[in-house]
Amino acid sequence: MSISTAFSDNGKRAALMPYLMGGFPNIEESVAAGLAAVDAGADLLELGIPFSDPLADGPVIHAAATDALAAGATPHGVLGVCERLAASVPVVLMVYANIVLTAGAAAFALRAAAAGASGLIVPDLPHDEADEVRAACDSERLALVPLVAPTTTPERIAAIGADARGFVYTVSLTGTTGERDELPERLADTVGRVRASTDVPVAVGFGISSAEQARTVAEVADGVIVGSRVVRAAGEGGAAAVGSVVAELASALNA
Amino acid sequence: MNAPPLERRFGPYGGRYVPETLIPALDELEGAWLEARADPAFVAELDQLMRDYVGRPTPLYHAHRLSEVAGGAVWLKREDLTHTGSHKINNAIGQALLAQRMGKPRVIAETGAGQHGVAAATACALLGLECVVYMGTEDMRRQEPNVQRMRLLGAEVRGVDAGARTLKEAVSAAIRDWVANVRSTHYVIGSCVGPAPYPALVRDLQRRIGDEAREQLLEQAGRLPDRAIACVGGGSNAIGTFMPFVGDEEVELIGVEAAGEGLATRRHSAPLTTGTRGVLHGALTGVLQDEVGQILEAHSISAGLDYPGVGPEHAWLRDSGRVRYAAVEDGAALDAFHRMARLEGILPALEASHAIAWLLANPAEGLSVVTLSGRGDKDLAEVLALG
Repeated sequence: MSISTAFSDNGKRAALMPYLMGGFPNIEESVAAGLAAVDAGADLLELGIPFSDPLADGPVIHAAATDALAAGATPHGVLGVCERLAASVPVVLMVYANIVLTAGAAAFALRAAAAGASGLIVPDLPHDEADEVRAACDSERLALVPLVAPTTTPERIAAIGADARGFVYTVSLTGTTGERDELPERLADTVGRVRASTDVPVAVGFGISSAEQARTVAEVADGVIVGSRVVRAAGEGGAAAVGSVVAELASALNA
Repeated sequence: MNAPPLERRFGPYGGRYVPETLIPALDELEGAWLEARADPAFVAELDQLMRDYVGRPTPLYHAHRLSEVAGGAVWLKREDLTHTGSHKINNAIGQALLAQRMGKPRVIAETGAGQHGVAAATACALLGLECVVYMGTEDMRRQEPNVQRMRLLGAEVRGVDAGARTLKEAVSAAIRDWVANVRSTHYVIGSCVGPAPYPALVRDLQRRIGDEAREQLLEQAGRLPDRAIACVGGGSNAIGTFMPFVGDEEVELIGVEAAGEGLATRRHSAPLTTGTRGVLHGALTGVLQDEVGQILEAHSISAGLDYPGVGPEHAWLRDSGRVRYAAVEDGAALDAFHRMARLEGILPALEASHAIAWLLANPAEGLSVVTLSGRGDKDLAEVLALG
């Protein structure tokens, strides 16, 4: 499914984009959690492929990756999860560079596309390192979604925005993934600078967990990404808890 | 400093595989180091600290009794005689001075055995910088005296409970801290690993080991060595030793990794000898990993070599054929530790014991220089427990 429909046809103030860790707590339950998120109003799913050393992630997602690996999750297994979810919603894989490069960029893109993925987010593959993976994704009609951080300079934002596919993932804060009590003050500025640099939608993630925060972000962004809060729900209460967290976020984003 | 350019890549290796948040800080660090190393005032300040505070140049010592059993003359580059007892101080003071120059009041570091942590804490005390050291809780248990030393020096030691609770996780925790606090904080990485410009920066700061050794050999032995030998974990003492000899084609360069319980087991730390190519902690390099790219835990008797990656420049020096890499098992390193104690009255660090073990296993008539990267006092408990 195409990423652009998640932004154009969502009937909300902004697209709701929950993140789930593939294979956490196990493969079957992560499929159930994904389907529950879709039923509750997710417009796009980010599906994490667990990695042993996730540098961009805070404690909740790091622990979920560790548990998923301990339960036997593999990239192949998570692509199977992707395949089962992609029939109902666009799925973007969140995957660390070493998993992609070990398979080979072209081979990985081929497999991801075959599993129905719409795009890739590689959090440790900054713009300067991304040419090979972007070309491989382009060949398979996968979007390589870039990240912009609050520290990114205007020159870099321009270059990143020009090469962006799918959407630009704007990191709201300087830090790793995880729930925060308050949104950063300068978020609207950051989003505005990104928007001026690109033709694709702008989504915001990192540190967003509550319905109120999601609603605030939706005032400036095209998409709202919620990760750790949803992953925590998956660990604590499985698919039912994921469904209820996503439903609450969805109702906050309904116009 | 007559240093080579600040490479981002070494052949295909290196690069900057880190979250976007850090890229501007890496750019800033690269620019700051290029400026600093060309600034006579900075170089003079660093040189003076190296001389008056660290105790450089360290001696180059002709080890006569070791030479007899090694089949040829052996000269030891005595990094064990520096302040804090290992070569780590060369890099820590250089980077702490750079942090000060960049106006960053807070320094973070990772440590395995504690040598780099102690060096970083020392440098920060010296320069009045705030210091936080990340250390796996398993390493904190094994290296309790170094934890106490760091605290006495005013550093905060933060235990890391993830994974095997050792060096790899400590590096990851330090990088996560840096992502969160990048505007106020400089990350003093302890080896020639990590995203560019760190491998080149740490090499520049450690090459005084080799620069001094080369000059001392010409003066004391009247010639260049036939072989230069150093242990390789991340590889900072080795890159510092090798770099001035790279252009001397007649000098054979040998890096010694930790074979742990054997290369046939998965219990080793020898990514250059056995490993595949992968991305760890921001660099494409030799990495111990499984078939899909999950990083594997390393093992070595020596906490300082217990790391599943290695500096990217070493991976390139291996591929180009300029440096030969070999691996030595735990037992041989332990044996070399004991032999050094009896033959030379020196307790070498278990890391450096790997280089000595390789020397003993490969006797040759020519002149060998071996970098004794640190002293073994920190390893007493481990060595005594193993008998």
